[in-house]
Parts: sequence; structure tokens; C-alpha cells
Amino acid sequence: MNARKTSGIAALAALGLLSLGAAPRKDEAPKHQVPRSKDGDVVIALCDGETTLEVDGVKDPSKIDRKKAQEISNHLMSEWRKKNPNAHWDDPAPVLLANAQPPTPPQATKAPVANQGQSASSNADAVQKKQDANVQAGHTYGAFSARDEALWKASAEQIVQEGHKVFHDAKELGSTVAVSCDMCHPDASNTHPETYPKYQVQLGRVALLRDMINWCIENPVRGKPLAEDDPRMKAMEAYIYAQRKGVKLEYGKH
Amino acid sequence: MRKPIKSIETRHYEERDAFFDGLRRLDRRSFMKIAGISAGIAASKALISPHSFQLIDVASAAPSKPRFTFAYISDTHLYKKELNDRFVRSILRAVDDVNRLDPQPDFVLFGGDLAQLGQKEELDLGKEILKSVKAPVRMMVGEHDWFLDMGEHWRSLFGEPQYSFDHKGVHFVTLMSVNEKDFWTERGMTPMERMQTVAGLDNGLQSRFEVGAAGREWLKRDLAKVDKKTPLIIFSHSPLYKYYKPWNFWTDDADDVQAILRPFENVTVIHGHTHQMLSNRIGNISFHGMLSTAWPWPYAPEGLPSLTVQMNRADPFSNFDGCGDGRFDVLEAGLVDKLYNLWDRNPVTIRSSYLASNGKNDRPAATKLPSY
Repeated sequence: MNARKTSGIAALAALGLLSLGAAPRKDEAPKHQVPRSKDGDVVIALCDGETTLEVDGVKDPSKIDRKKAQEISNHLMSEWRKKNPNAHWDDPAPVLLANAQPPTPPQATKAPVANQGQSASSNADAVQKKQDANVQAGHTYGAFSARDEALWKASAEQIVQEGHKVFHDAKELGSTVAVSCDMCHPDASNTHPETYPKYQVQLGRVALLRDMINWCIENPVRGKPLAEDDPRMKAMEAYIYAQRKGVKLEYGKH
Repeated sequence: MRKPIKSIETRHYEERDAFFDGLRRLDRRSFMKIAGISAGIAASKALISPHSFQLIDVASAAPSKPRFTFAYISDTHLYKKELNDRFVRSILRAVDDVNRLDPQPDFVLFGGDLAQLGQKEELDLGKEILKSVKAPVRMMVGEHDWFLDMGEHWRSLFGEPQYSFDHKGVHFVTLMSVNEKDFWTERGMTPMERMQTVAGLDNGLQSRFEVGAAGREWLKRDLAKVDKKTPLIIFSHSPLYKYYKPWNFWTDDADDVQAILRPFENVTVIHGHTHQMLSNRIGNISFHGMLSTAWPWPYAPEGLPSLTVQMNRADPFSNFDGCGDGRFDVLEAGLVDKLYNLWDRNPVTIRSSYLASNGKNDRPAATKLPSY
């Protein structure tokens, strides 16, 4: 048993030699010998590996409050600077009290208002006039301007317009009999998108609006069904939904 | 073993097969009997059951014999037959229907929109098909026939669009009510662009329909020689009242035209264009919309006359549903009972007494499936 242990140590020594031989380390970090306090007080060691400070009368480090900690830190730092007079040390910027709090973002110019106007930010001008109004503010989300809103509205309108075009264009729909959707559905009437998804009796399965669009394209329109992500399909869905603004959503209705 | 549950579709086809199977083994007398029974069953179950045109003639025979009858075919919207066979099959079905009527109607009114885009081939095809109608055909023009060449080819085939005639004591007037104010010159539209704009029901670019000042003058002159007690029946492609402006379910000078018709005791206006069961009464005038053979139109979101009994909304999975033709029975008083011969459905009769009583008497069955 002894013999085995010895051979183990020998092996470790060999390994150590080998590793030393491969990468010899000249300047190992000095071991910081922190002296023990005679009274059992807390001793703080600075990261330079030499400087220490005994905190008189404090036995439990967790009892040091923020103010005391700052004093200890300041003291140790001044010790270090005495030892290293040539170190280029820039004083830190004066600490502002306000930074202790989370930063206050600039006030949203168009604060969201509930249940008014066409969108969350509509009627913002009126809100701004009433500066005293008790409204939630201070988020980047929702802090958009009337100009933003106008641009977004135009973008949405663009796809609706594109859908209007496809809906009214037999060629675009791929009709082989010159039939377009508007011939039976002026202003997308009687397309009732608000009732989908629903069990479509004639198909024997649950259908979405796009399934019915494709059914119409295949049958009365006599074209080829569109892929579900076909831009024409997306545009037509946009147009059809846009015509039913304000209608109660009643999926499953027959 | 448990009886299998049959779907509503299976039951429908089984009933229909049984019905037709029964018909083949019957003589005419029993045929009528079973027709009446089946109509009763269908009504009590609120089921759709197939009927031919003639059956209903018997089933709904009015107590007093009408003075005469005429049938109608309307809004066929034909393309060239090489392009679209569907609408061709529809008008052929309507022609078969009116040719099977026994007794034959005194004439067949064609309600306008023979063509889809007013093209020569479309109108020629329509004329060719209508030649096979056994009874004489009275033509009315629609906007789809007119706005490619402003009626040139239509007039060469059928004559002037505005005319009157007397038949068995009734004065008939056919109006050209789909004139529009010039919206195309300013926009530099080609004739086809103009036609396609007018052909789009929801195309707000076009003007509203009107009889126009000249047309109204002509009407005044025509009616000047007619006795106020003589029943009047007016044919007009657009409804001669204001129903829904955005779709031109509308005649802009309807109030002026109605004023011209007001002195007469019994006035009936029969119009196309709206592709749906539609009834109205304003003062002394009863209004009747005709069905299309090509496709049904949904009821407009507002403006529907309160006397209208809607038809059940059309099944999009049926080529012919919501379409059809029909017949008018002109009664002794000069008013008309109107029969909607809805294909693949029970027919519906709107009696003159229903409109004349402002909905108090003879109310037709209500719709089971209103439009959305």
C-alpha cells in the first residue's frame, strides 16, 4: 500500500517538473499575508497584495454599513496612493445623487390614452394640452408622433389597396372565365370574415377565411388556389378584413 | 346494429332521388298531387326541395284567374362562350324554363345586362340564344350592354331602348334608366375602361344612374294620352327608387319619375340590376326586382325597403343557388303577382295584395338565413 502511495507522489512530482519545464513562471503573484487581529476584529485586504486595514471594534463583516465601507475604502486607497506617489490616478467624476435612481426618460410627446381615438396614441394632442392629466407616460413604446401614425396608417392602407386590386381583377386572380371576387361580393360584402374559423358544412371541416378565398378561386373563379403565404392571399385578407371594421368578431357563426 | 347517422347532405340527396323516382312512375294527375304533398312536406320541414317551374303553377294557383302572364329572364351577363361557359349554361337553363311554361306566357321580358362588357360577340351570343325563346321577347337595356359603344351595337340588334306598348288593357313602358353623366372624357378613358368602370358595382368613380331630362320628357308625352285608370307597368333596369347609392341600386332622378307616375291608379315598376328578391311600395307604386341568371347579389348594408322579404342567402357551393328567372301574373285590377323561380330551391310568390296592403296581408315566408 505504501509503495503504491509513494509511486503516486513520484508521478505527481514528475508531472510538476514537466509542466515547469514547459512554461517556467518567473513572477508568481505575491501571496497576500493578511495578519490576524489580536482582538478578533475584521481585517480588510487591499487588492495590491500588501496593504491591510484592521477595522477596530468590528467582529462581523456583514455588520459594516455602506457609510463605514466607504470610509474603509477611502482609507485603504489613500494608503495605496502614499505608497505609489507616481501612479497616474485620475480622480473619479463627482458622484451625483440622482444617479442612485433609475434615469428619468424624456416625457413622451404623445402619451397613450385609453379608449379614445383610432389607436393607442390618438388624441395625443388633446392630452398634451392637459399636462396635469393623470396619464401613464415615460415609455419609449407608445411614444410615437402623429407623423409616425400617419406613416403606419399609410402602410396598412397600402396592403388593403393591393387587396382591393386583386379582389377586383380576374387576371390577377388567375381566373380562366373572367370572373373576379367583386362580381358577387361588392365591397367584399357577404364575405363575413368575422365568422371564421368555422366548421364549413360543405367542406366537412373547419375552414379559415383563406380556405374560402381559395375555394372561390378554384370554383366560381376557376383559377388555381393560392399558397397561404402568397402576397395576393395576404393582400386579399387585408382588404376583406378592412371592409368589416367595427363588426363584432363571432368565429364559428353560421 | 345502430342506424348510421346521415348527414344533412345525404338526406337531401336521398329525398330528391326518391322524389324524382316517384315522378317517373306517375301520370300527370298524380304528378300534381304528389307535387302538392311534397311542397307541404318541404314547407313544414323548412327544407329545400326541388321543383320544376310548372309544379308551382299548380301549387300556387291564384283563386281568380289572371288576365295574362309574362315571364322574365334577366341579368345574364354573358361573356364570349369560349371564355365563360358558366353564364351561357345559366341563360340556357332560363330559356328552357320559360319554354316549358304551360300555358305559355304572352311574352318574355328580358331585364337588361345581356352582356358583361357590352362587346359585339357577347350581345350577338345573347341575341342568338334568345331566338330560341318560343314566346315574343321584349328587350330592356342594362348598363353592361351600353357603355362600351354607348348602345350602338345593342340598338342595331334590338332597336331603341325606350318604348311603350299596350297589351290586353295594360300600358307598358320600357325606360332607359341607366344613363350616366360623363365621368370618362375628363379622365381620358378608353371605351373599354369606361365600360369596366361601369361594370364594377362598387366602383365609386362612375356617375349615378338616371332616366335624364330627355327621358322624363318622353315619358310625360307618352303618358299624356293614357287614361289615369289604365294600369301601368314600367320596365326599368335600375330600381326607380333610392335603395343604396354606392352600388347604384339607385336612380338619381327617381323622385321626378315617380311624380310623373303618381296620377295613375295602378302602377307597377319591374326592374333588374339588383340580382335579388326585392319588393317595395311607395305611394301608389309597387316595385319588383328580378333575379339574375348569372349570380346573386348580397343585400346592401343599408336602405333595404322594409317590405322586402329577403331570400335565403345563397350557398356559395352551388353554381345556381340564388339565381333564377320568374313570372308575373297580371291580375284583373292590373296589379301583378310575382313568382321568383329560384333554381334548386322552393319558389317564392309575392302577391300584389301584400304590397298593396303595405305588408298587412299575404306576407311571404320569412328568410331562414339572412344575409350577413
